[in-house]
Amino acid sequence: MDYFQDLLGPAWPLIWTLVKIIVLVLPILGAVAYLTLAERKVIGYIQVRIGPNRVGPRGFLQPIADAVKVLTKEIIIPSGANKFLFVTAPVLAIAPALVAWAVVPFSPELLLSNIDAGLLFILAITSMGVYGVIVGGWASNSKYAFLGAIRSSAQIVSYEIAMGFALVGVLMVSHSLNLGEIVKGQQGGGFWSWYFVPLFPLFLVYLISGVAETNRAPFDVAEGETEIVAGFHVEYSGMTFSVFYLAEYANMILVSALCALMFLGGWLPPFNFAPFTWIPGFLWLLAKIAFLLFVFLWIRATFPRYRYDQIMRLGWKVFIPVTLVWIVVIGAWMQTPFWLW
Amino acid sequence: MIETLVFYFFSAVLILSSLAVITARNPVHSALFLVLAFFTAAGLWLLLEAEFLAIVLVLVYVGAVMVLFLFVVMMLDINIPKLREGIWAWLPFGALLAIVMVVEMWIVLGSERFGLAGVIAPEGHPVGYSNTKELGRLIYTQYVYPFEIAAVILLVAIVSAIALTLRRRKETKSQLASEQLAAHRQGRVRLVSMKRAD
Amino acid sequence: MKWLKDFFRTYLLLELVQGMVLTGRYLFARKITVQFPEEKTPQSNRFRGLHALRRYPNGEERCIACKLCEAVCPALAITIESEQRNDGTRRTTRYDIDLSKCIYCGFCEESCPVDSIVETRILEYHAEKRSELIYTKQMLLAIGDKNEAQIAADRALDARYR
Repeated sequence: MDYFQDLLGPAWPLIWTLVKIIVLVLPILGAVAYLTLAERKVIGYIQVRIGPNRVGPRGFLQPIADAVKVLTKEIIIPSGANKFLFVTAPVLAIAPALVAWAVVPFSPELLLSNIDAGLLFILAITSMGVYGVIVGGWASNSKYAFLGAIRSSAQIVSYEIAMGFALVGVLMVSHSLNLGEIVKGQQGGGFWSWYFVPLFPLFLVYLISGVAETNRAPFDVAEGETEIVAGFHVEYSGMTFSVFYLAEYANMILVSALCALMFLGGWLPPFNFAPFTWIPGFLWLLAKIAFLLFVFLWIRATFPRYRYDQIMRLGWKVFIPVTLVWIVVIGAWMQTPFWLW
Repeated sequence: MIETLVFYFFSAVLILSSLAVITARNPVHSALFLVLAFFTAAGLWLLLEAEFLAIVLVLVYVGAVMVLFLFVVMMLDINIPKLREGIWAWLPFGALLAIVMVVEMWIVLGSERFGLAGVIAPEGHPVGYSNTKELGRLIYTQYVYPFEIAAVILLVAIVSAIALTLRRRKETKSQLASEQLAAHRQGRVRLVSMKRAD
Repeated sequence: MKWLKDFFRTYLLLELVQGMVLTGRYLFARKITVQFPEEKTPQSNRFRGLHALRRYPNGEERCIACKLCEAVCPALAITIESEQRNDGTRRTTRYDIDLSKCIYCGFCEESCPVDSIVETRILEYHAEKRSELIYTKQMLLAIGDKNEAQIAADRALDARYR
């Protein structure tokens, strides 16, 4: 490393950062690709099918086949569409989902940047994901796409509030906006000292809002295949469509990772004794993320789609009051000697 | 060195995008340029080590306010030739207004207050400095009353906006989720044992 | 008290958890997928697939060009032209089935007085052009010749019920 530093001189920090970004982003994109396979497999199994199993052993090369297919397909730009915005929209959708990983710590040492306001940073960045949806829907010059965009962005904006309040609870008990500090605050005992125990309602609200934020079933009215064909990306095809698709899955992984960090103790093992502490923290975090992703797929395979007014009711009239009440409860609880976290 | 470059880059983008906001023909493009302007402004604040303000600017303006703006703008049916009608008739008035505003801004932001001499360059902070913590400390100690009053005013604004737009119509029907949730099988279904008719 | 119970039932998402337990159990259920090219579902001897024209054991084609199948075909998929042969019998010169029209109802087979047109068990056939889906007399006879054993066996099984 010193050799490269001498060789490249002042450009070294820039290149080193780029290398780190690539090392972070490539596995995420790989995980996204294989999440699509996992989804088809899990949902298949729940529906007493076996899912894709033709490409490669047990279907393990299916994502690659999908990628090749989608790359070679034609990108159709509808007439009257705003070409620049039409092509930019998928990028606007996927960029925030990848940028937010900059502050996600995988272990105490393994992270791209350790900024103090990490939680806020993530909130701000993920709130920008909605632009991909709106711009894509508007630039398509299609009524279906536009309706889908409006439905989806209204939903995302509403659930962001509940999500933000759930995070307020986390930062109240952890006294920090730094994700690394939040995980360290959950150290101590085993899984009972993780924040999901005192913040259980907020944990549920965060998880369900996460499903709604990523426009996943049962909150996928933005896509609503049976209602408005495919929502905001109805006019997209080929690579532009698949970037939207990847953005959805990248967002799912991000939400799961954040949930694991803030409520499920991040890289901490569930028990503080021998066989559990041998496994490196990084793997614990991955296991937790994988579990939450499985829950996402499980939910999709189980519940029917919400009606739009029910979604709005749930967001505004149930989740926001619940989070507000629990924040007050937590505030009071923290002042009593019964506070153990 | 790099910071200066970044500063000039962000400033250039900010100025250009702000210009584009008022010159773009399409209102949706204007709104999107405004988003870009907010974003670069947040970048400039980051250079000043005001990361809390920068992030909140993105969170509130980019993430929420502009989304609603875009909603409204997208649904407007804007007839541009109609808007341009009478531009020459109103030009003198508009020019006068513009001149007044420029003069006012000159007076307020003039060199004696905002000149390079008037503002000291902010010092760099030590490594452990947290802008968030400092802001929180100030808001909840020194400025607690103004802060709370602002909060109450905003609350009043929210309540009044809802009160003004809320219409109760008698004929609309809606489901009562709480009643639906309270429904049990016992209350709805009665199992009757019947004799088999042979 | 009931109110309190309902409150917890709702806010602890108990009903949702019940639903997820149910689907979660199916995750481990035995899968019923039939891996098509390697495994096939059992077929009835009355299966109605691709058509065939049969011959008598002496090699004479059965079809006598009565055009009953053409008349009964609800999709108008069959086209027949006929002429008198030198030995005085009537035979088809053209017997086309447009498989892109056919709905596989089996009426042609029902109506045939000489059991000439039949529907076989063949279901895996394809074409790359629409024109390739029009099966001519020669093609149908060839299918019949190739699968005569199976066709005859299926007809024999069903003979009791006719």
